[in-house]
Amino acid sequence: MSDWPAYGEIMAQRADIVRAAVGIDYARYATGALAFDYERLLADCGYDLESARAVQRRTGVGNTPLVELEHVTALVRAIAAPGKGARIFVKDEAANPSGSFKDRRASLSVHEARRRGYPGVAAATSGNYGAAVASQAAKLGLRCIVVQEAFDGRGLAQPEIAEKTRACEAYGAEVLRLSVGPELFYVFLCVLRDTGFFDASLYTPYSILGIETLGVEVAEQTRAATGRFPDVVIATHAGGGNVTGTARGLRRAGAVDTTVVAASVDLGGLHMASDRDFNRKSFTTGHTGFSVPFTTWPDRTDVPRSAARPLRYLDRFVTVTQGEVFYATELLAVLEGLQRGPAGNTSLAAAIPIARTLDADRVVVVQETEYTGAGKHPIAQLTLAQQLGIEVVRGDPRGNLPGARIVVPEHPAQLAVVDLDLERLRRSYLRNASASLPPGVRPGDADLAFLAAETRTTRGRVEEIIDGMSRTT
Amino acid sequence: MPECIPAGTWVEIHRVVLAPAERAPHLPEDTRRVPLELRVRGFLAGPASLGDEVEIATAAGRRLRGTLVAANPAYTHGFGAPVPALSPIAGEVRALLEARGRER
Repeated sequence: MSDWPAYGEIMAQRADIVRAAVGIDYARYATGALAFDYERLLADCGYDLESARAVQRRTGVGNTPLVELEHVTALVRAIAAPGKGARIFVKDEAANPSGSFKDRRASLSVHEARRRGYPGVAAATSGNYGAAVASQAAKLGLRCIVVQEAFDGRGLAQPEIAEKTRACEAYGAEVLRLSVGPELFYVFLCVLRDTGFFDASLYTPYSILGIETLGVEVAEQTRAATGRFPDVVIATHAGGGNVTGTARGLRRAGAVDTTVVAASVDLGGLHMASDRDFNRKSFTTGHTGFSVPFTTWPDRTDVPRSAARPLRYLDRFVTVTQGEVFYATELLAVLEGLQRGPAGNTSLAAAIPIARTLDADRVVVVQETEYTGAGKHPIAQLTLAQQLGIEVVRGDPRGNLPGARIVVPEHPAQLAVVDLDLERLRRSYLRNASASLPPGVRPGDADLAFLAAETRTTRGRVEEIIDGMSRTT
Repeated sequence: MPECIPAGTWVEIHRVVLAPAERAPHLPEDTRRVPLELRVRGFLAGPASLGDEVEIATAAGRRLRGTLVAANPAYTHGFGAPVPALSPIAGEVRALLEARGRER
């Protein structure tokens, strides 16, 4: 690329650039002013469970171990009422080729890019997904470019992202590291236009179908190990893909009664586009800065229609604190011999208080781990936090204050989850949906049915909420 | 004379992609005050010194231009010193499990 085109010029070409780069004509799936045929969009991508598994088998993705966390369970039972304390298992997704479940999301995208003859793949991600796309591209012989939000205005890199830079470069990818800001998307569009590469978006059908295999494996392996499907599956929740794909996979395997819980780190008070807050989050993903906006309006991604639609699948959405996740990460290492995370251990931090309330014959599955290493470790994050003047102390995790104070629990009984009100999130989704309609346009029949499916409620309830909003605004 | 870095060296370049005035609308104040910056690594196209405007060939085979800021840049991220807030946890939870074992 000889020089950079103007911001406005590129953003005006956004729709055409994305259509060429994902090869999906999303307009074909529209069924109303708001509605689109979600299931047909997924079905048309050409992969079913068996073909997805076959693609993943060829690159060593999936079939990761399900490990029972016997000591963590014993610790939970030590603090639980008699007869309480469910068995906790973890799906050790760190065993995937690049060290996280993101290999599942990358595998079908990169396979599809090669099948269609794209010269390479590009991804906009600061997380494990970059390493996953770079790894899959290396295996399939495609070139790869990863665009990261990596450092703040003082040039200070977030250590976990610095590790992803290293990993992506180790897999032979070009890595564009940017300072903080949503214009990352502009740079990404420039890359797609310049290269003609495939957009290995986290939010295409390929990405979601790639995770369904994880849900299926969780169901099958749990039944083999315990004789029952999991009672509860807890997934770390950010953009919604993990929750969506896992829940769909569980249903596909017949685990229709399993409670699907999304868990995020509470980063309340920090602004996601703030240069100052960037390095004060101590978490790069799995946090409420992504999960709340993506739950209440999924179509804010690099593709016109996100295939990750969390409200359709969530039975429960909980938050935990930063300090609780670091504590859980420590427990996993010292009690189970698994050095993993930390961000991926958000769901483990939630599993401890949730298992504590369940009968001892119940089964809770934490559905992922991720690799750990330099930069990507509680010590690295807490060292940076302290450098930036954030207090790191022991105490009651309720005193945790993102960006100012990280409180590491003193006792496992202090771990708790905070339930987000799904009804409020549904209302917020419907408010966003109404706001996206052109002025004067009312939702039609297809739209109301769609919104009911999106929010797992009835059409009547959708009408009631939308009417209530128009009266109060 | 600044040291000459030979062509073909693995280097890092830097450039401002958007000046503060060119940035997207609706940014928080602190972000709007600073430019959008880019750093990327690749092989130096021709001999140059730090601070020069140069071209690199990236790992994906692209040619990109920017200011040469480092030759053979190190990966400096690490762990840091053990954190006192984490160090005692192993002993605490082992003691809890042992106490539970004695009760049973």
